[in-house]
Amino acid sequence: MTALLPRRGFAQILALIVILAVDRVVSPQFFDLRLQDGRLFGSLIDVLNRGTPVALLSLGMVLVIATRGIDLSVGAVMAICGAIAASLADTHGLPVVLAAALGAGLVCGLWNGFLVAVLGMQPIVATLILMVAGRGIAQLITEGRIVTFSSPDLVWLGNGSVLGLPVPVVIALSMLILTGAVVRGSALGLLIEATGGNARASELAGVGTRAMIIAVYVWCGICAALAGVIAAADIMGADANNAGLWLELDAILAVVIGGTSLFGGRFSLVLAVLGALIIQTMNTGILLSGYPPEFNLLVKAVVVLAVLLLQSPKLSGFAGIATRLKRTKA
Amino acid sequence: MQNSLDPAAPLLEVRGISKSFGAVHALREVDFTLRAGEIHALLGENGAGKSTLIKVVTGVFPRDTGIVRIGGEEIAPRSAKAALAAGIATVYQEVNLLPNLSVAQNLFLDRQPMRFGIVREGEMRRRAKALLADFGLDIDVATPLGNYSVAIQHVTAIARAVDLSARVLILDEPTASLDRHEVEILFRIMRQLAKRGIGIVFVSHFLDQVYEISDRITVLRNGGLVGERETASLPRLELIRMMLGRELAGTTSPRASAGEHQAREVCASFENFGKAGYVAPFNLELRHGEVVGLAGLLGSGRTETARLVFGAERADCGQARVEGAPVRLHSPRDGVRHGFGYCPEERKTEGIVAELSVRENIVLALQAKRGLHRPLSRREQDEIARRYVKMLDIRPADPERPVGLLSGGNQQKVLLARWLATAPRLLVLDEPTRGIDVGAHAEIIRLIRELCDDGLALLVISSELDEIVTYSDRVVVLRDRAHIEELEGEAIDVGSILAAIAADSVAVALEAHT
Repeated sequence: MTALLPRRGFAQILALIVILAVDRVVSPQFFDLRLQDGRLFGSLIDVLNRGTPVALLSLGMVLVIATRGIDLSVGAVMAICGAIAASLADTHGLPVVLAAALGAGLVCGLWNGFLVAVLGMQPIVATLILMVAGRGIAQLITEGRIVTFSSPDLVWLGNGSVLGLPVPVVIALSMLILTGAVVRGSALGLLIEATGGNARASELAGVGTRAMIIAVYVWCGICAALAGVIAAADIMGADANNAGLWLELDAILAVVIGGTSLFGGRFSLVLAVLGALIIQTMNTGILLSGYPPEFNLLVKAVVVLAVLLLQSPKLSGFAGIATRLKRTKA
Repeated sequence: MQNSLDPAAPLLEVRGISKSFGAVHALREVDFTLRAGEIHALLGENGAGKSTLIKVVTGVFPRDTGIVRIGGEEIAPRSAKAALAAGIATVYQEVNLLPNLSVAQNLFLDRQPMRFGIVREGEMRRRAKALLADFGLDIDVATPLGNYSVAIQHVTAIARAVDLSARVLILDEPTASLDRHEVEILFRIMRQLAKRGIGIVFVSHFLDQVYEISDRITVLRNGGLVGERETASLPRLELIRMMLGRELAGTTSPRASAGEHQAREVCASFENFGKAGYVAPFNLELRHGEVVGLAGLLGSGRTETARLVFGAERADCGQARVEGAPVRLHSPRDGVRHGFGYCPEERKTEGIVAELSVRENIVLALQAKRGLHRPLSRREQDEIARRYVKMLDIRPADPERPVGLLSGGNQQKVLLARWLATAPRLLVLDEPTRGIDVGAHAEIIRLIRELCDDGLALLVISSELDEIVTYSDRVVVLRDRAHIEELEGEAIDVGSILAAIAADSVAVALEAHT
């Protein structure tokens, strides 16, 4: 695995370096870091901090996509869980707030998993339901208003720092390590890849494919809940209309940039998070460059295309022939 | 073959074709000659270069050297479409048409009869019907192609190719998923087309069929040309020698006498086990150290029996017992838990996980059996993979290679390894030798015997009756989704199996076997 990573991640690391270099050109202070009140500040920290929600989403999304599924509802789940956290923040302690928000994310994931694994719905349709309904639910929770709070505990979650790093970054990093430990430390990783690679064959080999699928949607829901809580904590309020809006697309993009195929099978958690960082590094760079943010989307499209082409086996000589051989033999 | 054209003038001439993929020489200086009006079998083990030759000739792969002439004229197609324009059509094993479109739409795809920019559906259907009538097919052409059997899909693909004025028709394993009756239909059509002067290249693993239909045979081995012979003057043994480059080792082994069977302990038993509309209730006892063969025509309920026994399909009546104790058998997981293993016939769609490595494919069932919380460490996985790669002689001996890149025979061995790693008590093998080359074929049969000697119970399905007779201690014969007879010991031979299958129903399909 360790031997594979550098080769597999080559395109992503190269892309990140190039984008960082461009950022350095448009904004000479890009790499400057300064310590203030025990906390690091600077564009790089900003990238990590702003990239947290999508990085968290991509952690769940990459597992879902590895099973050949997709979860369009993560943005809406963020809104729901953010709304729950915000409405409870000033009356309950942080543990209760977190338990309620993450519990809601878990229920959302169970719902998606139930539709996909038990009822056999196509993932894109199944999760579209919650994508649409979820914002409605979030608005019901906030009663159509933007709910603000001042609970210092929750605010700390979005704006505090640990060992100089913003709390959201620490949370995302911990989640990456936790997910990696669970997935690669147990047999889950292999069984998820087998399920995504060939569900029928895996089932006949005795793999509980249904349980696998439910588990990844649940994990995706929990990751989205965490992202929602952090997004709410960041702005000290919950906006049911805009929290996590379109972030499901960024998460999918991050996973794809990370080299995981939408057809399921092999996945990489680290590269998916790297994908999220690539997206955020671009966003930040464009903001710093002073170009109007409208350019953001265009530049993003170009960079994504470039990363995908870099990964494409067709563009890398013999590897291209090998895959074509494989395809024709299959 | 009698036809109006000069039989000496080749229709398709391939001279000195070479093709490399990186360091691998897939084809070396291969010649191939197809005359008008002949059916020419192209044979060779997996990896001999048959597919590559076809793909080079039809322009799917660019060639490194060599020339291709059709009717004396040199061609260099850059795509399958260009090859078709030059008169070469290919029908692959997996029919490359669109199952969601109607038969008529498939036949006239890209060239629908139009008037004022609108497709004339009526006209198209009329012409489609007339075209298929030529092939002795009278079906509703407005029905989606996917609703019809593979045989009809094949005939449709052939009809389309011929209607596009193909002079050379390449059929790549056309009979692999057809039953005997459908093969007859296909062969009738092939002979009819040959009479019209079309040259047919027939690629197949079924030597019986090759002898039945072909006029000449070209054999490839390891990317090189071994030779071209008249079918009529080529003894079967000689053909196998050409394909393998060596003599085929005998595969028979002494069969235990009937008395010995009774002494063996029952491993799993099924009483009145069945599922409505799937397979009629049957009684079946599987004993340790015994191979039970399932014989019958395609669709007779062989695969259905296998799936019920393993738990891939849920029985709606009867009771399964393992070592005498009643068990629940509702899912493959149940089967795996009881120590059953199942190698399905559809290796690609139900067996291997193509993208994952040989190692991961081998440990998959064992890992699923152990559960999530007891992962096999990487070292244990490597150890298991190495052991089975060595034991079953899986090639290339690289546990990290994606299994999709292996040949069919080696994929089959990986699947066997997957189950052997779980230390099963019962293995169900559905057509373990289907679609794999002659060498691996003999090896798999040898393995079946060995496993059985180690005390495993085996339930094996095969269409090759000779094969079943070779390794079975008992043979269950099926017909029309019911078990009709059980043969044991001395009573097992091809004749008695055929007699049982043919007992009172139509025996049309069997003539070729006897």
